[in-house]
Amino acid sequence: MTTRSFGETITTAPKERSPARSTWQRLWSANGPGYLFLLPWFIGFFGLTVGPILSSFYLSFTDFNLLNPPKWVGLANYTRIFTADPKFVQSMRVTFFFVVFSVPLKLAFALGVALLLNRGMKGLPLYRAVFYLPSLLGASVAIAVLWRQLFAGDGVVNDFLALFGIQGPSWISNPRFSLWTLIILSIWQFGSPMIIFLAGLRQIPQDMYEAASLDGASKWRQFWKITLPLLTPVVFFNAVIQTIEAFKSFTPAFIISGGTGNPINSTLFYTLYLYQEAFGFFRMGYASALAWILLAIVALFTAFSFLTSKYWVHYDD
Amino acid sequence: MTTDVHRLTVVTEETGFTRFRRRFGSVIAHTLLVIASIIMLYPLLWMLSASFRPTDEIFNSGLWPSEFSLDAYFRGWKGLKVSFGTFFLNSFIISILSIAGNVFACSLAAFAFARLEFKGRKFWFAMMLGTLMLPYQVTLIPQYVLFLNLGWVNSFLPLVVPKFLASDAFFIFLMVQFFRGIPKELDEAAMMDGCSPWRIYWKVMLPLSQPVLATAAIFTFIWTWDDFFGPLIYLNDMRQYTVTLGLRTFVDSTAESDWGGLFAMSVLSLVPVFLFFLFFQRLLIEGIATTGMKR
Repeated sequence: MTTRSFGETITTAPKERSPARSTWQRLWSANGPGYLFLLPWFIGFFGLTVGPILSSFYLSFTDFNLLNPPKWVGLANYTRIFTADPKFVQSMRVTFFFVVFSVPLKLAFALGVALLLNRGMKGLPLYRAVFYLPSLLGASVAIAVLWRQLFAGDGVVNDFLALFGIQGPSWISNPRFSLWTLIILSIWQFGSPMIIFLAGLRQIPQDMYEAASLDGASKWRQFWKITLPLLTPVVFFNAVIQTIEAFKSFTPAFIISGGTGNPINSTLFYTLYLYQEAFGFFRMGYASALAWILLAIVALFTAFSFLTSKYWVHYDD
Repeated sequence: MTTDVHRLTVVTEETGFTRFRRRFGSVIAHTLLVIASIIMLYPLLWMLSASFRPTDEIFNSGLWPSEFSLDAYFRGWKGLKVSFGTFFLNSFIISILSIAGNVFACSLAAFAFARLEFKGRKFWFAMMLGTLMLPYQVTLIPQYVLFLNLGWVNSFLPLVVPKFLASDAFFIFLMVQFFRGIPKELDEAAMMDGCSPWRIYWKVMLPLSQPVLATAAIFTFIWTWDDFFGPLIYLNDMRQYTVTLGLRTFVDSTAESDWGGLFAMSVLSLVPVFLFFLFFQRLLIEGIATTGMKR
């Protein structure tokens, strides 16, 4: 390390003539430092990722409750999940409903506000900060607590509706609306995709718009013919990231439903169901099978979106 | 720059009608944005104001409390059986250790990927990117079993040690992107002078990478501070609870009787994140814009 480590330079400097030694030395000096720097990551990668993935795959074919050693049950977990588990079906339905409504709406808000802000508005940094703040705070338990109150029977939302003489229901405890409160919470956090859209909009060359307006193209046409096509890589990126995040969403549903997914399982997110199986009932084998199904869904979705992307995502080369 | 050019060309050909349309458009845009801002901020402001109200007034509508009272903060701080002070301390300890782990371990790995030559670099880099997409549920149960067997459950170790093993691949990716932007001549010159890779990493790369290290540190703080799932699974003893777990317990046990205390502690739990937002907003926004972070 320090320059006065005199002995060190003496021991490493002289060139050994023995061929075997120099092969090792060459191998070491070519690869050693790289692998040494990666050592912590390697330990984590194998110990906390690869190993657990393999063992979770194995566990998904077993009956395992932490106390006794895993007992091999073959495909029994998967058979039960796909044929005799109404809660699985319900949690799938809830999760897909959440993904299908929250992601497009969130992206639409993000893009809409980004377009408004991109007109060279005065006060852009202030607006951007205001819209970004919820997505920075939104994942916290505190916000879920707040949401629980806002949409309660005597909450702020109903106070507001009462101004117009509307008697709102208790949104949180009504199974028709409870999931929508979570979707609204997700849309409220449109700030970070908005920032990515803003960065993408700034990449679009202005002379394209100038040429288009000289040719008499309306703003509307310019949006559909220039802005949107050139923005498709950003749309694609945001859509993939937000969808995966939506699949993994856990905390708001847990806090708002008190960990139950109620009323009548209307907010039973897939992650919440998996948590209940694993850490409520200690059915670790069954929960592992659920985890692998989630992995399959996320992998299929990702593969599907990358495969279809070449038909609608415009990359200029 | 580009918008100025745009405006210039528009101005040269502007007629009275288009000028009117442009002004009118910008008034409408501002109106929309102001309304949207109010809707976005209202829930936060409402909670802030509710936390300062006397108990009997909490659910009164309107933002401005008729009198300011800190009662709710004192009541909330005393918390449950354990004071919120303990929860805050725990959250801070876990967050600080996580920052140290992430910044150190991820920058080591990123340096190897960005600057060192070794066999299989591309392969391992692809593997690292692959872990970004992995839903954590897949590794969750075996990890839990592992930590259980190590006797780490009910301690901070399962929450902190993975960070020292660069398990947040996202930050490796972020740092690789940044390191690649640093001119290669700098470390090549240092290499000529006989610097070891370690010295190049420590004396050349890290000092030049302060922005990305700061971004990683801030996001690590915010994510760890907000983390609910990890503590929920690994911490059972209330004296080890983090703020998020404390709030959750508060909701389940006393919420109906003491919304004030709950709101007060909720507000307090948001303060550190809000301060980061206030002081490092530019870093956060640049971090998101350049890499597309999830939140």
